[in-house]
Amino acid sequence: MEPLTRAHTALALLALDPLLGGLVVRARAGAVRDAVMAAVPEHTRLHPNMGSDALDGGIDVSATLSSGTLTSTRGLLSRGGTFVLAMAERAEPYTAARLAATLDQQNGQTLIALDEGIEDEVVPPTLADRLAFHVDLEDCALSDIGPVPAWVASTYPALVRAPDDVVTTLVLLAVRLGITSLRAVGFALRAARAHAALNGRLETVQDDITAAVALVFAHRATQMPAEDQPQDQPDETPPDDPQDQAEPEQQDMLPQDMLLDAVLAALPADLLANLQSKGTERSASGSGGGRKKLGNRRGRPLPARDTGTAKGRVDLIATLRAAIPWQTLRKHEMPERIGPIIRHGDLRRKRYLDHSDRVLIFAVDASGSAAMARMGEAKGAIELLLAQAYARRDHVALIAFRGMEAEVLLEPTRSLVQTKRKLADLPGGGATPLAAGMMSAHQMAQRAGRKGLTPTIILLTDGRANMALDGSANRAQAASNAQSVARALRGTGTEAIVIDTGRRPEPALARISDILGGTYIALPRANAHSLSDAVAATMDR
Amino acid sequence: MKQPFPFSAIVGQTDMKRAMILTAIDPSIGGVLVFGDRGTGKSTAVRGLAALLPPITAVKGCPVNAASLSDCPDWAGITDGSTHEIPTPVVDLPLGASEDRVTGALDIEKALTNGEKAFQPGLLAKANRGYLYIDEANLLEDHIVDLLLDVAQSGQNVVEREGLSIRHAARFVLVGSGNPEEGELRPQLLDRFGLSVDVASPTDIDERIEVIKRRDAYENDYTAFMVRWHAEDAMLREQIIAARLALKKLDTPEQSLRDVATLCIALGSDGLRGELTLLKAARAYAAFRDDTALTRGHIRDVAALALRHRMRRDPLDDAGSGVRVDRIVAETLGA
Repeated sequence: MEPLTRAHTALALLALDPLLGGLVVRARAGAVRDAVMAAVPEHTRLHPNMGSDALDGGIDVSATLSSGTLTSTRGLLSRGGTFVLAMAERAEPYTAARLAATLDQQNGQTLIALDEGIEDEVVPPTLADRLAFHVDLEDCALSDIGPVPAWVASTYPALVRAPDDVVTTLVLLAVRLGITSLRAVGFALRAARAHAALNGRLETVQDDITAAVALVFAHRATQMPAEDQPQDQPDETPPDDPQDQAEPEQQDMLPQDMLLDAVLAALPADLLANLQSKGTERSASGSGGGRKKLGNRRGRPLPARDTGTAKGRVDLIATLRAAIPWQTLRKHEMPERIGPIIRHGDLRRKRYLDHSDRVLIFAVDASGSAAMARMGEAKGAIELLLAQAYARRDHVALIAFRGMEAEVLLEPTRSLVQTKRKLADLPGGGATPLAAGMMSAHQMAQRAGRKGLTPTIILLTDGRANMALDGSANRAQAASNAQSVARALRGTGTEAIVIDTGRRPEPALARISDILGGTYIALPRANAHSLSDAVAATMDR
Repeated sequence: MKQPFPFSAIVGQTDMKRAMILTAIDPSIGGVLVFGDRGTGKSTAVRGLAALLPPITAVKGCPVNAASLSDCPDWAGITDGSTHEIPTPVVDLPLGASEDRVTGALDIEKALTNGEKAFQPGLLAKANRGYLYIDEANLLEDHIVDLLLDVAQSGQNVVEREGLSIRHAARFVLVGSGNPEEGELRPQLLDRFGLSVDVASPTDIDERIEVIKRRDAYENDYTAFMVRWHAEDAMLREQIIAARLALKKLDTPEQSLRDVATLCIALGSDGLRGELTLLKAARAYAAFRDDTALTRGHIRDVAALALRHRMRRDPLDDAGSGVRVDRIVAETLGA
């Protein structure tokens, strides 16, 4: 199925059976997305930063004041039908949790989440798990847009019978694709029924199951089935190949394998990249030990204060609270006024506290020279720092560089167990592409910055750079590359700590550390304690 | 509106169900923390739990569900001490709840309309004598966590703001759930939970199939499904009520106390809270099993629930602490 057809099928299924939850549409705003949205029935539009007032309703202050009785506004979530969440990848954990709870009540509400994320920005997993479908329209061209297919559903999904072995097949398939959430299987079963109803059947047939697994399982797969499938099959099959791979050619084939093919055909071309990022879904922002910024636009609301400035939004409730104790006195002064009498001094403005979580980016030299020297000790030092990161509830990320290039082992995460495992598996050997390692750290720091994290780079290396950015084994050029990357890093104002893991302190590394404006610690002389003290001191600055 | 999925219809997840039943028998055990992947039935179990709990007797109109007039706070202004039976409250604490919502605040309605300074009780008041459920507990904002820790510790909610000075009882069983991949939980909050459970999707194919079938029956054949499982739930509720009575008469031999202490020392668990909780949990379990005296078997069966999250935590230890507990239990108490 082409992505657009998938989207339209998904919408048609949702209209038939709202308990399928909804659909994630991953695409930038544009004609292709509009073509899909045109098929969405009348809906309520939600914004990712909507607070509880908007979602659940609150006091309508002006109506309450004028009528003298408490008047509440109805929250948007009390409406039925379809909701469209724009910019879903930016949804606050609260919004996601609240919407998830709404869907859990199964009142026939459905949600279309518009995901405009780039790179690893995704819809909060709590929410995505409760939406049956996911369509990626990134690769669709204008020419793909066709008329919305017309279906005439002549029966209800609830009337459709699913043979007993369907459940078994679906469960087994989910296991093979590494889908742990049992919600997915439930969704697939529902989708199969709805698909049968859509086509006017009273019993699910192979086609329905195939459509259901392609729609529900494909994007949830976390592993390729351990089967002797040709390795490059998903790459050879373009995702928009209309030729359905599941076309039953050999009838004696196991239905499971046919289904598997359907899933594979629906897999996006960049599956492998997706599989890798699955483990490091953007961790929702709880609260961390990062820098705190007092602003007045975003973040969690602080108690409103009388700030005296004209900027910022007026907190009506807090203002009224401040005014209420004086009302009796003021009424005496101005008996003709009705309603509460509010003076300038009562005005309270909203303040917000925004956490800027810290992320520690470990760039680890895994080259032959470093491995020979003190790889073990470097790992020990990292573990020590990880324990600190745990206490501060920082995010950590891991980059290793050796041979020709740097490799991101772990995107920013709070899961220390995962970090430690990656670290333990880190092999050593090869040249020292110091500049590439720093470059990779630099890029990650920028990405983290965009997400509102405060990056700190911790560079562990013996400093003997011998691989230049262009891949030539040229010591002099490697060193000068490293210095220019360091200057670029300095320019972004990213904090850096350089830990020298060589046998002897390396002057070149100290120079890089100077350029970075960071702290330089020579591991040979540092014992565990002083190392941790030095790092702590740097991070507290 | 549809009733939640029945508790007894949940397939497998023995540990989670056991932990919740134990807190229902003895609320002083102090709550359950359920950690696990998405789609493993965490929320389902908590929502289903409400139907399992025996009703409580509370003064009519009392905002904190007090059992008698003398327990009602003064500010509620209740003079009529007549009581009625209400279901045990199970209150959801949404992630983004403001401090006002949680502790209670000035009643805006009364303030605006009558110019009266009155207190509007928050979620903590509603949860008194019942359950407070935090979904995604690990994502809770720090300031709300601090507040909960304080209240859970003292059993009293103190509000000093906007010229109000209010205190009321807030004793509740804290039930939290979360996904460890999304963030860790502060050790202080961890310690406030009496029991902790790690849940995972069942690995057995048949079990997984059964899960889907029951869910499907719940959604498509609601009435018949509920009739069948309501009966099961009712039986379980009877069992819980019987266990509450049996708990009072349960014999705790000296040897059991010694076993519990030895076990906690061997595990190096922090503080005495672990010992107390383990003892209470084991007693509740014995009562649930309708046994007359506490034995080693009971302690062994609930040790992991009560101690797993209390061990001096090595954040980098990737073998689950449950494994460590099981090993030491086997060493100390014999297999």
